[in-house]
Amino acid sequence: MLVPDTARLGADAIVASGQLAQSESGMTGLESYVPLILLIAVAGAFAVFSVTVAPLVGPRRYNKAKLDPYECGIEPSPQPVVGGGRVPVKFYLTGMLFILFDIEMVFLYPYAVAADSVGLFGFVSVFIFIVAITIPYIYEWLRGGLEWD
Amino acid sequence: MLTSSVLTSGLLAQQGQPPGQGGAPEIDYLAILPIIIIFGAAAVGVLLEAVLPKHQRWSVQVGLSILAIVGAGLAFAYYVSDAPTEGITTIAGALSIDQPALFLWGTLLALGFGSILLIADRSVEPGGAFVAEAAIRPGTVQDRAQAQTTGMQTEVFPLALFALGGMMTFCAANDLLTMFIALEVLSLPLYLLCGLARRRRLLSQEAAVKYFLLGAFASAFFLYGLALLYGYAGSVKLADIATAAAGTDRSDALLFGGLGLLVVGLLFKGSVGPFHTWTPDVYQGAPTPVTAFMAACTKVAAFGGMLRVLTVAFESTSWEWRGVLWGVAIVSMVIGAILGLTQTDVKRMIAYSSIAHAGFLLIGTIALTDQGVSATMFYLLAYGFTTLAAFGVVSLVRDSSGEATHLSQWAGLAKRSPLIAAVFTFLLLALTGIPLTSGFVGKFVVFSAAIEDGMAPLVVIALVASAVAAFFYLRVIVLMYFSEPAEDGPTVSVPGTFTTAAITLGVAVTVLLGVLPTVVLDWATAGGGFAS
Repeated sequence: MLVPDTARLGADAIVASGQLAQSESGMTGLESYVPLILLIAVAGAFAVFSVTVAPLVGPRRYNKAKLDPYECGIEPSPQPVVGGGRVPVKFYLTGMLFILFDIEMVFLYPYAVAADSVGLFGFVSVFIFIVAITIPYIYEWLRGGLEWD
Repeated sequence: MLTSSVLTSGLLAQQGQPPGQGGAPEIDYLAILPIIIIFGAAAVGVLLEAVLPKHQRWSVQVGLSILAIVGAGLAFAYYVSDAPTEGITTIAGALSIDQPALFLWGTLLALGFGSILLIADRSVEPGGAFVAEAAIRPGTVQDRAQAQTTGMQTEVFPLALFALGGMMTFCAANDLLTMFIALEVLSLPLYLLCGLARRRRLLSQEAAVKYFLLGAFASAFFLYGLALLYGYAGSVKLADIATAAAGTDRSDALLFGGLGLLVVGLLFKGSVGPFHTWTPDVYQGAPTPVTAFMAACTKVAAFGGMLRVLTVAFESTSWEWRGVLWGVAIVSMVIGAILGLTQTDVKRMIAYSSIAHAGFLLIGTIALTDQGVSATMFYLLAYGFTTLAAFGVVSLVRDSSGEATHLSQWAGLAKRSPLIAAVFTFLLLALTGIPLTSGFVGKFVVFSAAIEDGMAPLVVIALVASAVAAFFYLRVIVLMYFSEPAEDGPTVSVPGTFTTAAITLGVAVTVLLGVLPTVVLDWATAGGGFAS
C-alpha cells in the first residue's frame, strides 16, 4: 500500500493547490500548469533563436573537416570493409551495460532512503529486483559482451 | 478486498505492523501465478541462452516455453475453478483479476501456445523462420553465408514469453502506471522480434524500426494522457478516475485531453484506423510466426486494456467521448475494407483485414454493456485463432526465395494442394463471417450488443464494410480454385508437427466456436464484470 499511498498524498497536495488557486482567482485547476507551459515556450523560443541567429552572426570557414561525420575530429573506426562486413557494436554493448547498472542505482536510491519504513517486504522486493537485473548481466557476460577484442 | 486464498506474506506478522502503512501489500499469489510462471520461465530462458552450448539451445528453449505455457495454463485452470465471481484486486489494487481478465488470460495463453508452436517450427524452412545471427548486416557476404546455416537466434523464445507476460498483465492492470509498464513489457520484445526474419532481412529490419518508432510515439501519447489524468483525478487508479469524473467541478479539459491521448496509445496497439499505418508494413516484414503472434495476441491485449479503461474509468462520461470513437470505428472499418481491396500481397491483405476487424471490435468495446464486453471478448478469441491459423498457412506456400506472398503466386493453388487451399478457404470464410464459422458468431454477438445499446446506424455501416471486405477474401478463393497454376509457381511445403498442430488448433477452434459457440459464450457472459 505504501507506494500508492505516498503517490496519493502527493496528488492530494497538487489537487489541493489547484483548488486553492481556483478559489482565489476563480479560474480552473489548469493554472498549476502555467509554469510548465512557460518553460516549454522559453525552451522553444531559445531553440528557434539559436538556430536562426547562428548562421547570421557566426563566421563561415569551409574546410575538409566540415565534411567529416564527426567534426570533433575522431573518425569512427574501424570502417566496415568495402562491400560489407560487420559494423562494430562494442560501444553499444558497453552502453547497454551502463544502462543496466544505471537503472539499478536509480531504483536503489529511493529504497535506501525508505529502507526503514518499507521493512522486510521492501528488502525482499529489492533483492528480487537485483536478482532480476543480474540476469541480463550474466547473459551479456557469458555471451562475450565484456570481451573487447 | 476480497481474496479466495490470500497468502499474505509472513513478513507482515513478524514485523507486527498494520497493513497499508509501511507493511507489505496483500498479494494473492495463487491468482497471479500464471503471470509469475510466464515471467519466471522467460528469465530462466535468458539464463539458459547464456549457459547452454549453441546446439542444445533450440530444443531446451522450445521445451521450456511449452512447459511454461502449459504450467501457466494449469495454474490458471486451478484458480478459475475456484475463483470468486465478482473478482479480486491484489498487490494494493495494481492488478484486478476478475472475470474479463481471466477470460482474456485464457485466450492469451491458448493463442500464445499456438504462436510458440509456429515460432518453433523448423521443418518448413530449414532452421526456422528466424535469422541465425541478427547482428550481421543484410546483403553482405556473411549474410548470404548465414542464410545457408540451420541455426536460429533462440532468444526468440524468452522474448515471446516476456511479451506474453506483458500482455497478460496489461489485461489485468487496474491502474494506469501498471498498464504503462505492461504496455512497454509487451511492446519492446515485439519490436525486436519483428526484425529477426531469416529471409528478406531488409524488409524485416525496416518493419522493426517502423514499429519501434511509431510504437514509441504511441507510448508517449499514452504517458502524456496518463499525466493529464493524474493531474485531473490526483490518482492513477482507474476507480479513482471514475470517482473524480463522476462528481467534480474540476476542468474537463484535463479529463478529456487525458482520455484522448490515452486512447490514441491504445488504439495504436490495437491497429485501429486511423492509427493503423504501421500495420501493413510490419505484418508484411515481420517473420510470419511473429506476425501471427502480433495479430492474435496483441489485439487481445490492446482491446482487453481498452475495455477495462473505458468501462471502469470513463463509463460516466461516455456521452462526451462515444461520438469520437464512433467516428474512429467507421474510419477503421472503411480503411480496412477499401484499402484491403487494392492489396496484392497476402500478408498485407490480412493486415488490412485486421484493421477492418479492429473497427468491428471497437463497436463492441464502446457498447459499454455487459453484453458488449462479453461479445468483444468472444470476438477476440474467435478472430485470434482464425488469424493464427491463416498466418500458419501463409508460411507454407513457398518458392525458392522463401514465402510466396504475392497473390498472383497463389493462383491455382487448389490444383497443387487441395487440402491447404480448402483450409485457407475455410479460414477466409471465417474472416468474412460466413455462418458455421466462429467469425459469424463473433460478428453476430458484437452487432447485437451494439444494437441493444442503440448503435444501429454504426451496425449498418459495419455490415456494409463486411460486405466490401468479403470481396477481397472471396477473390483469393476464386484465384485459388478457378485459375491455372503458373509453371514456376510456388510449392506447398509439408508442414512439420508444430505448424500442423498450430493450424489444426486454429481451424478446430474456428469450427467449434462456429458450431457450438455456447461453450465459450457462456463463460464470456457469466460472472461479474470488472472489479476495481
